[in-house]
Amino acid sequence: MRRFLNLFVNARLRAQIVKELLSILRDPRSRIIVFVPPLMQLLIFTFATTLEVRNADIAVYDRDAGHWSHELVARIDAADFVNEIHTVHSPEALRDLIDRRAVIAALNIGPEFSRDIAAGKVGTVQVIVDGRRSNAGQITVGYLNTIAAGVSAAVQRDTVHANPVVVRHWFNPNLIYRWFVVPALSGILVFFSALMITSLSISRERELGTFDQLLVSPTTTFEIIVAKTMPALAIGLVLGLMMIAAAAFVFRVPFEGSFWLLMPSLLLFILSVVGIGLMISSVSATQQQAILGAFAIGVPAVLMSGFATPVENMPTLLQWLAEAIPLKHFLVIVEGTFLKAMPASDIIANTWPLVIIALVTLSMAVVFVRSRLE
Amino acid sequence: MSNVNHVMSTAITSDVFRRLGKNNAAVMIEDVVKRFGEVQALNGFSAEIQYGRLTGLVGPDGAGKTTLMRIMTGLLVPNSGRVTLAGFDVVDDNEAIHIVSGYMPQRFGLYEDLSVMENMRLYAQLRGMDADQHGDIFDSLLDFTRLGPFTKRLAGKLSGGMKQKLGLACALMAKPKVLLLDEPSVGVDPVSRQDLWRMVQELTDDGMAVVWSTAYLDEAERCQSVLLLNEGKLEFNGPPQELTDQIKERSYRLEQVGTERRAVLSKALNLASVGDGVIQGDAVRVVLREDANTREIKALADDVGASLTLVQPRFEDAFIDLLGGGPGGTSALAERIDAVELGSDVAVSCRNLTKRFGDFTATDDVSFEVQKGEIFGLLGPNGAGKSTTFKMLCGLFKPTEGEAQVVGHDLRYATGSAKSQLGYMAQKFSLYGLLSVQQNLEFSAGVYGLEGDIKRQRIDEMINTFDLSQYLSTSPDSLPLGYKQRLALACALMHRPPVLFLDEPTSGVDPITRREFWTHINGLARKGVTIMVTTHFMDEAEYCDRVAMMYRARLIALDTPDALKQGAVNEKHPDPTMEDAFIHLVESAQLDDEARRDAKAAV
Amino acid sequence: MNDQTSKTVDSQADLIQDERAQRAFDWRRLMALVRKESLQAIRDPSTILIAFVLPIILLFLFAYAVSLDVREVRIGVVLESDSASAQSLAAAFAGTRYLKVTPARDRREVAEQVVSGQLRGYVVIPQDFEKRLTSGQPQSVVQVITDGSLPNTANFVANYAQGVVLNWQASRHSGRPVSVINLEPRYWFNAELESRRSLVPGAIAIVMTIIGTMLTALVVAREWERGTMEAVLSTPASVVEILIGKLLPYFVLGMAATLASAALAAFVFDVPLRGSLPALLILSAVFLVPALGQGLLISSVTKNQFLASQIALFSGFLPAFLLSGFLFEIDAMPVPIQAITYLIPARYFVSSLQTVFLAGDVWAVFLPDLAAMMAIGVFFFAIAKRKTRKNLES
Ligand SMILES: Nc1ncnc2c1ncn2[C@@H]1O[C@H](COP(=O)(O)OP(=O)(O)OP(=O)(O)O)[C@@H](O)[C@H]1O
Ligand SMILES: [Mg+2]
Repeated sequence: MRRFLNLFVNARLRAQIVKELLSILRDPRSRIIVFVPPLMQLLIFTFATTLEVRNADIAVYDRDAGHWSHELVARIDAADFVNEIHTVHSPEALRDLIDRRAVIAALNIGPEFSRDIAAGKVGTVQVIVDGRRSNAGQITVGYLNTIAAGVSAAVQRDTVHANPVVVRHWFNPNLIYRWFVVPALSGILVFFSALMITSLSISRERELGTFDQLLVSPTTTFEIIVAKTMPALAIGLVLGLMMIAAAAFVFRVPFEGSFWLLMPSLLLFILSVVGIGLMISSVSATQQQAILGAFAIGVPAVLMSGFATPVENMPTLLQWLAEAIPLKHFLVIVEGTFLKAMPASDIIANTWPLVIIALVTLSMAVVFVRSRLE
Repeated sequence: MSNVNHVMSTAITSDVFRRLGKNNAAVMIEDVVKRFGEVQALNGFSAEIQYGRLTGLVGPDGAGKTTLMRIMTGLLVPNSGRVTLAGFDVVDDNEAIHIVSGYMPQRFGLYEDLSVMENMRLYAQLRGMDADQHGDIFDSLLDFTRLGPFTKRLAGKLSGGMKQKLGLACALMAKPKVLLLDEPSVGVDPVSRQDLWRMVQELTDDGMAVVWSTAYLDEAERCQSVLLLNEGKLEFNGPPQELTDQIKERSYRLEQVGTERRAVLSKALNLASVGDGVIQGDAVRVVLREDANTREIKALADDVGASLTLVQPRFEDAFIDLLGGGPGGTSALAERIDAVELGSDVAVSCRNLTKRFGDFTATDDVSFEVQKGEIFGLLGPNGAGKSTTFKMLCGLFKPTEGEAQVVGHDLRYATGSAKSQLGYMAQKFSLYGLLSVQQNLEFSAGVYGLEGDIKRQRIDEMINTFDLSQYLSTSPDSLPLGYKQRLALACALMHRPPVLFLDEPTSGVDPITRREFWTHINGLARKGVTIMVTTHFMDEAEYCDRVAMMYRARLIALDTPDALKQGAVNEKHPDPTMEDAFIHLVESAQLDDEARRDAKAAV
Repeated sequence: MNDQTSKTVDSQADLIQDERAQRAFDWRRLMALVRKESLQAIRDPSTILIAFVLPIILLFLFAYAVSLDVREVRIGVVLESDSASAQSLAAAFAGTRYLKVTPARDRREVAEQVVSGQLRGYVVIPQDFEKRLTSGQPQSVVQVITDGSLPNTANFVANYAQGVVLNWQASRHSGRPVSVINLEPRYWFNAELESRRSLVPGAIAIVMTIIGTMLTALVVAREWERGTMEAVLSTPASVVEILIGKLLPYFVLGMAATLASAALAAFVFDVPLRGSLPALLILSAVFLVPALGQGLLISSVTKNQFLASQIALFSGFLPAFLLSGFLFEIDAMPVPIQAITYLIPARYFVSSLQTVFLAGDVWAVFLPDLAAMMAIGVFFFAIAKRKTRKNLES
């Protein structure tokens, strides 16, 4: 490593790179803090972030004593996503269960239900959903609909309906959510780590007074910025690789694409994040400003990156803004590489924005450092 | 001045005397031992500190002064032994300690984003006082610190010395029974130091016990009692005169040595019989070693045509003698470097240099030129604009008007090679606390482009010269103050720059190390290195070839030290010291200012 | 001086008692500390940024960007058959509100676009479409291929495409019911199913966690880093005064941020506040106890802003973001992780906030949540107090 550095950079830059690395990695506590929590979080969040509904509690207010309501309730009770059925005997009790968040949905089966079906009419069931959890509620309704369709098929035994549509989920036939979430979380965790590490780097030197010493030395602003990209680049790369390895070997997410395309993209991704971090750092006078600034940018960036919701759902203006978010591009690359075996041309289409972001932010950082002389 | 003491005294007397308890000692130290890992900071000694007295705590860098102070205020817990303060055990009755004692840490915790007044109010209120009720105390503290005009300025924007004085003001706000001041006068100008001294003396007259750790031995000499620590051991405990008396008839002055005073000093110090020596104007003052005779020094006097007179010993002489004498006269560091070649004879120059912060002028129309190889001192009261001028010269501040050049370059736009001609030691430490001492040295060597063997050599050289080997793997943050300064100087010298800017390099450094610093500075100057230096030690100003006096942003005098002293001769001071000259210049500038203001008012 | 003292010798007991009186909690000292902290907080533009600007950004994003409601998904429709009915089905796809259709003739064209992410799936209307449709045999008529790398979108595409085909078929043989059971969903508290309404409480929880945990951890760590702690510790102020003095201003800031966000949510982003304002304030106030306690604990352990910020990020912010149940359903998590969420104050806060905004004052939800937040808070404070001693020993 050292010999490699000697070849490419001069002594001044080398000294600064060593200094930057040591400032973060010399203290054993900070070595642990930099690496262990992100990896632990990958483990925890992978299991935590799912948009499926599981272990749901459902209330049933059944005023119909007939066969079909029994059948419907029995099938719901047997469904995988249901944890427990709460049977209630009054609308008040039903309301109370919803209010207390004890159940996510409640079936209100009218007295005529079985009779209507027997008469060849459509039996209607009211499903009351807790709109506070609108997303999970919608998914629950979807599941319930499938069950109802099953009962319906049982009723119409004679007139067989085939599903007119065959669905094939490409890249992820069983739609395993984890296959999506592990690569995406790796990106998010690397993003936050790199952003926080770099956003502190210049502001800390300013606050503690060492920055003046750098400015009187023969080193150039450009060298200062280059040196400051190094720790986050190194730490981010190590973290990123460990997470990708964990995704492939621990979580068994299929890795279809090319590792040699993913590597440079990861580097460019971290570099563009580092650029944003350094830009924040170079305008901040204190560490507090730098960290809070990083949050004010980082949190919206994650929300708009396409992790929680697809970018194409956003208004056009915000979609343009999302182009300036490194995470948005990296998520496309990392998902594409893992599951889709994305070809080089598609990867490049998503890396050049990273290059532009990195170039712009890093030059801004250089300019801000220069112009902040009193 | 007097009214603060009046207020304080009425408050204190009733308080203090009622509580003195059975034992009369303010602080009792019994066999106190403190270890930090391997390092034995305090080695197990006992002492008592009395009420109504000013007790000086002196000793070389790293002797354990701050550790002792922190134990006395209950901020550290001794490994064994017992310390009681005003009758309270510092460990068991920790909270009571903070009520009966006042403490000013070495690095006083000012809130940099609060104004001067807000800081003072905060600490007053924390001690149960109110700015409105105790307005007179505030007034007198502002008076002594001379911060009156700056009460609205944020503490972060004060000069180094002004911060120190504000910290003092906050600590003196208290009416404690025991006042502990850890190096309170570091970086404080001579005029304010006199005021501070008076203030503290009046406090002790009222019965307060004051412990004052200091690196200024002229201050220690005026204490009623001193504790001299060395390597965690108590070397001396008693009135300073007692120690001074031990070295009677060993202090001499070589008078009228002429222009070659630096060379003479160097020769004198290299004599086996001479333990210590300093320059005093055109004289050299030496202290002989124990049991040494005057043969060698007489020979030297004859050799250079100087007259030798016996003079009164000072506490400083005794201190250095007790610690085994000062450094030799030759700087190993300077020996090793080649004579400096510069492109021009003028190393540093500035014309009409002006810096304004908002509507406040910190440096006002300053012009001077410094020749190659000159030691150029910049003196002036706190906040006069010395550091601001330095920073403009080094390219850290953009001048509002005028221009500054170092070796013919404006450093703000200079290339790397121009900047490597410069070494800068900031007033506030600029060391990396997250790196070890060794790593700091390696960084500053590297950032100036040193590589391979040269780099290793230079680092070893610095470690030896500044005696840093025991601290190599510690963080600069936990170094004793004096060692921090050594490390900072080492970092500034590493690349052997032809021009050096040293902003208060010796503040907080013990007298022996200060002499070493100056041995190096003298040696470097002889090799042609240009040295710009600021200091509040007036004896150090004597080492300079020329001294510029700044006062309220303006340059009020620029001459050789002797000429400045000559200008201060009057019937009160027939033979003025540098300190007299300083005070004289400041006072006459003050009179000028007033006259001008009156004239303006008249118009 | 010596005879003066001997005249006024006092008993030690008396003296100690006097000191105790001075040592007791002192309001004026506390107010001085609070004043100092508030000035510092107000002077730094970054506190304003976090407390008042970030909530606006987040609410805006939740209102317009992060809607979980799907709007327009791009899919391809591959028309391999030229028959009239095939054309009519393709037209049915093109006419829907939620799908944006790229027509194609060859499935290879659209497959590439799925790989590159331009399309989220495609529908194939096969060559023998007409034959399959009329065969009378129960068999499928179209194929739907989705981009499984985005499971949510894939699900949506599959379900929606199926719906389109079924509807198209139903319209051709009008009168024949597709299903004999009709589920009629009613979304209580959020009839229009606007996801922003359930996300806004999450935004408040995030901002409060940043203020409570992150900012507090930073400002306390800064005092250690800059040495101001040493000076304050050596004054008569007690540990409790110092800690409360430090926290009170951020408590107020957090409450102000909540109020501002609530007002913004209610008046600008059209989120109803169905519960009462006092209930909202009580919930926020109690949530700040564990949030501030956590910040304090972090900083008193690290005493360094870099470490404090990293720990606050991973132990405070990210869990509040991902484990509090506002984006991801807690019930759906595996049991060990559900167990972890019980330790995260934001979980209780989000649940109560959603209730107070959308449902009303349901004390049956609030009381257990309040109790849990309080318990966690007391736990944090107890450790933080033990860790902050009035000395510099680590
Ligand atoms: N950034 C700033 N903004 C406003 N005023 C400033 C700033 N920096 C320095 N000053 C003011 O400029 C004046 C000169 O400061 P400077 O540091 O040059 O003094 P100094 O002569 O070095 O004093 P000292 O002996 O205490 O070190 C002071 O009054 C100081 O408060
Ligand atoms: Mg200065």
